[in-house]
Amino acid sequence: MLIEMIPEVGLFALIIALLMAVIQGTVPLVGAATRHPLWMAYARPMASGQFAFVLLAYACLTASYMLDDFSVATVANNSNSMLPWYYKFSAVWGNHEGSMLLWSLILAGWTFAVGHASRALPHDILARVLGVMGLVSSGFLAFVLLTSNPFARLLPDVPADGSDLNPLLQDVGLIIHPPMLYMGYVGFSVVFAFAIAALLSGRLDAAWTRWVRPWTNIAWAFLTLGIALGSWWAYYELGWGGWWFWDPVENASLLPWLAGTALIHSLAVTEKRGAFKSWTLLLAISTFSLSLLGTFLVRSGVLTSVHAFANDPSRGVFILMLLGLTVGASLLLFALRAPRVGQRVGFTGLSRDTLLLVNNLLLVIMTVSVLLGTIYPLLLDALGLGKISVGAPYFNSLFVPLTVLLCLFMGLGPVSQWKRTPARALWRHCWPSAVLAVVIAALVPLIYRGAWNPRVSLGLAAALWILLPMLKGLVVRIRQGTSWRAGLRRLSLAYWGMLVAHLGVAVTIIGVSVVANYSIERNVRMAEGDTATLAGYTFTLTELGKRRGANFVADTARLEVRHQGQSQGFVMTPEKRLYLATGMPMTDVALRPGLWRDLYVAMGEELEDGSWALRLQYKPLVRWLWLGALLMAVGGLLAVVDRRYRRRRRSAHHGAEETPA
Amino acid sequence: MRARRRQRLLIILAMLALAAIAAGLMLYALRSNINLFFSPVQVVAGEAPLGRPIRAGGLVAEGSVERDPQSLDIRFSVTDHVESIEVRYSGILPDLFREGQGVVVLGELQPGGWVRAEEVLARHDENYMPPEVAEALKEAGHAPEDYRDKAAEVGQRLDSRQRADQE
Repeated sequence: MLIEMIPEVGLFALIIALLMAVIQGTVPLVGAATRHPLWMAYARPMASGQFAFVLLAYACLTASYMLDDFSVATVANNSNSMLPWYYKFSAVWGNHEGSMLLWSLILAGWTFAVGHASRALPHDILARVLGVMGLVSSGFLAFVLLTSNPFARLLPDVPADGSDLNPLLQDVGLIIHPPMLYMGYVGFSVVFAFAIAALLSGRLDAAWTRWVRPWTNIAWAFLTLGIALGSWWAYYELGWGGWWFWDPVENASLLPWLAGTALIHSLAVTEKRGAFKSWTLLLAISTFSLSLLGTFLVRSGVLTSVHAFANDPSRGVFILMLLGLTVGASLLLFALRAPRVGQRVGFTGLSRDTLLLVNNLLLVIMTVSVLLGTIYPLLLDALGLGKISVGAPYFNSLFVPLTVLLCLFMGLGPVSQWKRTPARALWRHCWPSAVLAVVIAALVPLIYRGAWNPRVSLGLAAALWILLPMLKGLVVRIRQGTSWRAGLRRLSLAYWGMLVAHLGVAVTIIGVSVVANYSIERNVRMAEGDTATLAGYTFTLTELGKRRGANFVADTARLEVRHQGQSQGFVMTPEKRLYLATGMPMTDVALRPGLWRDLYVAMGEELEDGSWALRLQYKPLVRWLWLGALLMAVGGLLAVVDRRYRRRRRSAHHGAEETPA
Repeated sequence: MRARRRQRLLIILAMLALAAIAAGLMLYALRSNINLFFSPVQVVAGEAPLGRPIRAGGLVAEGSVERDPQSLDIRFSVTDHVESIEVRYSGILPDLFREGQGVVVLGELQPGGWVRAEEVLARHDENYMPPEVAEALKEAGHAPEDYRDKAAEVGQRLDSRQRADQE
């Protein structure tokens, strides 16, 4: 009896949450405009209540999945009684309805966190921030309730069993990838809300940036991890060994990341120098708008991919309206109020400010070029001008040179000074690094492969150019202390964060240039006993077989792999699975991961004579791609725990108990 | 004051020039990397260009898949149940590739009227007809009745045969 009522409880909880979000999105904003303290005080309790009820709704949906309640349509369509419990748990967000509920839950969670971590904020600012987040939340909760109700029932014809989760989504990477990505997407709503609050109140000072920066960094770090996880998943799950396809769905997550990266740097200038204020606000609005655009692209069904679960035009129209309203209203507000917020601080010539301005311009150009390539085909299609697709060469031909250019300025940024850097000092600091970077980058391919390779050299030079001046700067800073230890202690966590994040960029760039140029792929036809060689490894197919898994049957292969001149080998066992409930085939690749290289074996298809087509791949440094992303995320988070954010909070509390960042 | 204003004007002009150059380069890169989509009807009607990458799509024709016994070369026909074109490919086909299923191939049209595919993408569609192909057929003046039932019949038959094989 109780179990059967769970979906109704969830639906009611969701409706209550929507009502609370509407109150949170109106009353405090009106209160802040008319200076009613009581009305402003509505913000925090409503945020907490909304979070509690969305959480309850989400728990109810999860319960329906765990208890195999196939009378709920989404459960019947996306789960199965044979599914292991952890996939039932993650199947909640493996479909349109559930993932939108997860989105709302994370938004409510961020709102709750802002309400509780920002007790020291002035009341009107807090009321405005939470109010804006309440408005966004109302939009999304209304979207969930009106167009994608996850609790819709299949009554009275309850299916005996569910039609199973898409096999591609039955994977650990997919358990954590969407929540991470959403944490990032939605996290940018905080800085968006702060930007709107600044525009409404007309106040944007150094304190504002200190409030905003930790939130932006956290969201950005999550987005970085989310994108890296997505790429890692595509690498081992899709069976092609590719790690970035310039697929519109991937681009949708890259766009807010690029804009968010620009935002982080622009915020630094705004905090230290009080410059770029309107620009920072515009970036904050754009970043969140691009997050919404990403949601629109992925959720509206305009794209056909693994991510586009269902095609329902009303959903697309709803999100498009939500997007148009958010972007339109915030840009209008920006146009009306930005001149009041902006304040001119002159800067001349060479300085960290100028370098960061260039960095911002380049990142924006990158964002625009990716955006253009992503939505151009959609626009043409919508206007009835033909079906086209924009190939990866477009993105590569723009993104690679822009990245190199960006690296050029990235090398100088961390070692230059605010306001004004004497060009001669910068030159003296950097020229040995430049020479060293070019020489090493030119020689490494020669030593490693015995041949020049300008592309790899270019990538290596860019990465070293980021690293070497920065490391030299670190040494200089440490030496400024009386001893090494004292020098180390003087360095702030924010500085370490910058260092680690930039190191991450360099590591990723090295990984990309090596794996893109030195990967070896062979498609071979193999019968039992056949041997193939690849990059000094010999692969011997010893056995072909079949096995039965929990919800699939699989053709299996067993390959013995040995490196040249080594007596000890190892075994790799790729599979080709057929999922029974959906009849969907899937490649389960065998990986031999390593810091320096991955070996990758995927089963293609069975051929007439009983042999198999196999895809063998050698991928040097492929792990560095994701290692670099991990470093970037760690760097972003390190900067968050910097002392100055905590000190600010403590002084605002007048020595009261400190809230953790 | 005037000097400052002039400096600001120069900065704005420089930024505009840079933006224009960037936009120009972007559009150029875009133009040279666009792949148009063609259905078999359009290819046979001669609408597709030779010697530049195109996307062609349709259904894998029943009984058309031929593998070379020595290598991984394969040839198959892509059909929209009105016209069909031959596709040649070398390598491993995607998991969902199967007779009667919708595919999109990325490749170049050859003078002999066949397509040399660089990449083959397959996807399952409940209607056994990719939406782009259905639209192209509509434009060529074919009513859905001309092909829909046939496509669905072939698709379902091949699907059930495959399932029977696996059990």
